Amino acid sequence: MSGRRIFARPARFAAIAPYVWMVLFFLVPFAFVLKISLSQTAIAQPPYEPVFDLTAGWEALKTALAALSIDNFRLLISDEIYVFAYVRSLTVAVTATVLLLLIGYPIAYGMARLPKRWQAVAMVLVIVPFWTSFLIRIYAWINILQHDGLLNQILLALHLVSQPVVWLSTDSAMYIGIVYSYLPFMILPLYATLAKMEPALEEAAGDLGAPPWQVFWLVTFPLSLPGVGAGVLLCFIPIVGEFVIPDLLAGSNALMIGQTLWLEFFTNKDWPVASAAAIVLLVVLLVPLLLYERLQKRQLEQGR
Amino acid sequence: MTDELPRTDAAANAAGGAQHPAAGQPLLRIEGVAKTFGTFRAVDGVSLDIKAGEFFALLGPSGCGKTTLLRMLAGFEAPDEGRILLGGQDIAQALPHERPINMMFQSYALFPHLSVRDNIAFGLKRAGMARADIASRVAEMVALVKLEGLEKRKPDQLSGGQRQRVALARALARRPQLLLLDEPLAALDKKLRESTQAELMELQRRLGMTFIIVTHDQEEAMTMASRIGVMNAGKLAQVASPRELYEAPRSRWIAEFVGDVNLFEGEFKLRDGHRLVIATREAGTLVAAEPREPVSEAKLSVAIRPEKIKLSRRGPVFEAGRETAINSLDGVIADICYLGGITTYKVKLDEGGMVQASVVNSARLDVDAYSVNQNVVAWFTPDDCVVLPS
Repeated sequence: MSGRRIFARPARFAAIAPYVWMVLFFLVPFAFVLKISLSQTAIAQPPYEPVFDLTAGWEALKTALAALSIDNFRLLISDEIYVFAYVRSLTVAVTATVLLLLIGYPIAYGMARLPKRWQAVAMVLVIVPFWTSFLIRIYAWINILQHDGLLNQILLALHLVSQPVVWLSTDSAMYIGIVYSYLPFMILPLYATLAKMEPALEEAAGDLGAPPWQVFWLVTFPLSLPGVGAGVLLCFIPIVGEFVIPDLLAGSNALMIGQTLWLEFFTNKDWPVASAAAIVLLVVLLVPLLLYERLQKRQLEQGR
Repeated sequence: MTDELPRTDAAANAAGGAQHPAAGQPLLRIEGVAKTFGTFRAVDGVSLDIKAGEFFALLGPSGCGKTTLLRMLAGFEAPDEGRILLGGQDIAQALPHERPINMMFQSYALFPHLSVRDNIAFGLKRAGMARADIASRVAEMVALVKLEGLEKRKPDQLSGGQRQRVALARALARRPQLLLLDEPLAALDKKLRESTQAELMELQRRLGMTFIIVTHDQEEAMTMASRIGVMNAGKLAQVASPRELYEAPRSRWIAEFVGDVNLFEGEFKLRDGHRLVIATREAGTLVAAEPREPVSEAKLSVAIRPEKIKLSRRGPVFEAGRETAINSLDGVIADICYLGGITTYKVKLDEGGMVQASVVNSARLDVDAYSVNQNVVAWFTPDDCVVLPS
């Protein structure tokens, strides 16, 4: 079935619009970054060489092409700083995504079971934090987590601790920040799948002898997997590349790849290595994405 | 093999713990059950006994509380008042998975991620049946509802009729003491619905199981059920056999809800033996048989089913040796509606009222048919009249 023929002209334009968008704002910039990643640093403007100059003629272009090399990628693999940064990024992203799922699922489930008019209210409450700038909210967390901050005051008042806990510049603070910031991205897709699930399915499972926890594991959870997948991807991918939250809330002894990138780019002025690091990050992220897509395709084919 | 299915299954019923009732005792006893949602009293003090092996229908318009009552039997809603006794044991507050009752949902509620086989096996696995027993029971159920060869399909790979069968097989698989069916045929087209009605009745008879069906379709209730409970505004209006419900409705509302009816309001004039003489505004003076339960009101309604009213050109036709037909009304044909098997005529009475008569088209050629504006006599016997309080 060719979809092309049944589209009228405006529909055809709408169908290619995403591709135009992808080419202009993803593929073209990606080509620039790829080219820079194959270049060498130079004390110049721009700070790398060779520079393609299309006006210099064919021979100059050939020399420039010959000057490209994959040395930067070799460096990334050989220097353990980068390897550690990737591993740390993935560890943080996996941990945070699991935490998000554990916290977000019950919230989304509760929302989906609210009476209809309260669901809208709950939805607004989930979205409301977006009305304040992300940075301001993270600085607010710094305030809450500092030595004499709100959290320590509460803990002391409740006699849960005898002296203030050091929160700032720890992984705990970073996870608090990440989970807080990404929770809506986990809740919303989960809520969407759970809310459209037919309530009679859970009733049928109970009717057929399943106690509530089995109803959840055998019916509700398997049927919410598309939402779980979407929420996990929406959180996992940006968390891997997260820069602001670990930079402001975590200590500086173990850097995530986003921070490493920042250092190379702005502190070391090493654009080629930074670009190479960005390319590798992209490839690392593409793998789970492709896996997810294949999984989804297989589910669709099974459903047919 | 399927002919000899035992009535209940110990393993499947273990969770409920309800024993089979002793002879004479009803399987299910509903005592003064009520349920309120906010300020809306959905079920308002319903009491009902259902015997083992019965095919019972809850009939009523939408919003009458029949579905809420069924959901209380399944355990999805807890009654605010009253008791629900299954085999003598109060299950009103028991959770759905603790009851030896299964339900077939209007939407079928098949698990979309499971195959036909796994859908049917779901309840058996929950009951902790051995793997081999599950396999043989599933095969038996698949054969029972004629779904052989489709065991590996997912619900969205099945037609509506096939899905309906899977839902039925899944609900029957645990051999529940009581099977609840919530509008089970509503999603099927007319032909399939009729054949499925027959199959359901045959299944119920063969398994000797107790079925309670909820429906808004009176023909469906009449066809399948041995007893019908008509609900209106949260209350049971009448519980009776299909025939009694149709021929001896207890109120005007039931007479009008079940089938078509001609209703004439009037005043009681005098009693003549077992006959009541009632003066009506729209059909003159009518003579009706005295109802079983004596009526004391002065204002009465006379209800006559359309097929009880005979039409003729000259006057009542008497059969030799039979009581004379006493009610005879003159009028003209106002409207004719040909329906194939029968034709309904609307007759404008000289007294002012309108009466509807159904006539069976027993001959293929319409030599006897009436035409609009033709003068006719509409007549019926006192026994054809049902006297109801107004």
